[in-house]
Amino acid sequence: MEGLIEQPEAETAEATTAMDDIMQKMAEHKGCGTSGGSGKASCGSGAGETDLPPEIWEKVKNHPCYSEEAHHHYARMHVAVAPACNIQCNYCNRKYDCANESRPGVVSERLTPEQATKKVLAVASTIPQMTVLGIAGPGDALANPAKTFKTFEMIMETAPDIKLCLSTNGLALPDYVDEIAKYNVDHVTITINMVDPEVGAKIYPWIFWEHKRVTGVEASRILSERQLKGLEMLSERGILCKVNSVMIPGINDEHLVEVNKAVKSRGAFLHNIMPLISAPEHGTVFGLNGQRGPSAQELKALQDACEGEMNMMRHCRQCRADAVGLLGEDRSAEFTTEKIMEMDVQYDLSSRQAYQAKVEEERQATVSAKKEELESLAGEFTDIKILVAVATKGGGRINEHFGHAKEFQVYELSTEGAKFVGHRRVDLYCQGGYGEEDALETVIRAIQDCTAVFVSKIGGCPKNDLIKAGIDPVDQYALEFIEKSAIAYFKDYLAKVKSGEIEHSERADATIRQGAYIAA
Amino acid sequence: MSYKIVASQCTGCSACEPECPNVAITEKNGTFIIDPEKCTECIGYFDTPQCVAVCPVDDTCVIDNAVPRYQAA
Ligand code: SF4
Ligand code: SF4
Ligand code: SF4
Repeated sequence: MEGLIEQPEAETAEATTAMDDIMQKMAEHKGCGTSGGSGKASCGSGAGETDLPPEIWEKVKNHPCYSEEAHHHYARMHVAVAPACNIQCNYCNRKYDCANESRPGVVSERLTPEQATKKVLAVASTIPQMTVLGIAGPGDALANPAKTFKTFEMIMETAPDIKLCLSTNGLALPDYVDEIAKYNVDHVTITINMVDPEVGAKIYPWIFWEHKRVTGVEASRILSERQLKGLEMLSERGILCKVNSVMIPGINDEHLVEVNKAVKSRGAFLHNIMPLISAPEHGTVFGLNGQRGPSAQELKALQDACEGEMNMMRHCRQCRADAVGLLGEDRSAEFTTEKIMEMDVQYDLSSRQAYQAKVEEERQATVSAKKEELESLAGEFTDIKILVAVATKGGGRINEHFGHAKEFQVYELSTEGAKFVGHRRVDLYCQGGYGEEDALETVIRAIQDCTAVFVSKIGGCPKNDLIKAGIDPVDQYALEFIEKSAIAYFKDYLAKVKSGEIEHSERADATIRQGAYIAA
Repeated sequence: MSYKIVASQCTGCSACEPECPNVAITEKNGTFIIDPEKCTECIGYFDTPQCVAVCPVDDTCVIDNAVPRYQAA
């Protein structure tokens, strides 16, 4: 381990300390922010080890973008090296980032392949959980093939343990499948919003194809053909392929069930339906013409409708493209181009592996805790389902203060157990103390479909307001495993319903927060 | 004439750069410029000027009236 610099204390010799200490320390010392926590051995998706073919599980289990469970423990980063795009989407204003993977209205720092590689190595040496590098927006990774593949090539040489992924609108995909295979890229995300060109014409005003700008239905016909062909080619080569769809109410919402079938039959292993983000200030066509995004219930209903068909991914945060860290946190400020260029980076594979072995132990612990609790539910049957929101900063535990939570993980509880169904961003409602009334309202609106909110700590004022809004603030499970606690809470809830102490009722819909995810 | 890029509109996305058949487009401080000596308005290569067709911002790649019309050889 000589030449080792910039090692977080957590992965050195005293790594024998209890894992949650480490997570806590990491969190405090390194500013690791919110990442969800859960002991679910399941993929993003809700599909677990048992539901997926073993070779796919092997590939996704440490992928924080694809495995809902892994994203609580591992981190990804994106680098913005590919700003050009070959199509136009109505939900994208290209002054900003690609809305495929990141939020509109955010500008990422553009890097050369050399700068990007250095950044990746610097981050990987500092944050051992960083296991995935993605090239996403702004722009389309495959509309900039030279920059994209140069970056991959350099990273593959220095840091072969880092998984590479890219996202694309699919137009150029069939031309680059071989190259994708050559660089060992095993995760590709294609954004597919339609399989019917008539629907597509309302989403894509034009594409740049064979040296011409093609518009109207014809543009979407070509795009769709290329997307599906690219997907088939990837599947044939055994390259994992995820499909992203942007849910646009009134345009493709019902149609996405169709899309789900089409991509599943062509071998996509995961389908991620994300809400349209459109605000007038983003200057997108949809933003300006008043096209609305879906509500939380609409989104969940569609995700549920598709779930029987295939693995759904519900934890996508549409994070900004150059975000760094565990999902939900962003440490990119530590890794600006200026700082990176000054860093003396030494890549240390073995210490990264040692750290990751610890993470595996912790993951096992959360899984067994959940199992035990679930067994105690056996024998109970009821139709009652409730949602709970959880404040966490990682490690699968309820370890975030209500006022510090930038997002809440939402779990659906039923006699089947606790199922992760999504996250709600609230960004920071509290920047130091309690007080800002309307900010608290925003939080309440974002989780008002939840029966309870689990936190490690909460102040008196917000507690009262939550109770007034019908949301039960729960801090009794502070620092415990999320799913175990959630199931325990659900048992209590059922008992109270039975005894008549509380009455179970359907809850109102919640709002999906618009705007870019920028961790403070 | 040649095409030019309206700097205030250009997002610097670089999409036009590799499309130009004459390698007339280069980056300068985050925005892109067209060398009027090299631009042929795509005449002799394509039916539509490539920079215009690929640019995400309308009216960013426009005819530069200050330069005489390109004469195909
Ligand atoms: S593919 Fe991405 S960058 Fe291109 S227009 Fe669509 S959202 Fe924007
Ligand atoms: S018009 Fe054609 S030749 Fe001129 S700059 Fe644009 S792409 Fe190049
Ligand atoms: S395509 Fe348009 S916006 Fe992009 S760099 Fe060229 S001129 Fe600028």
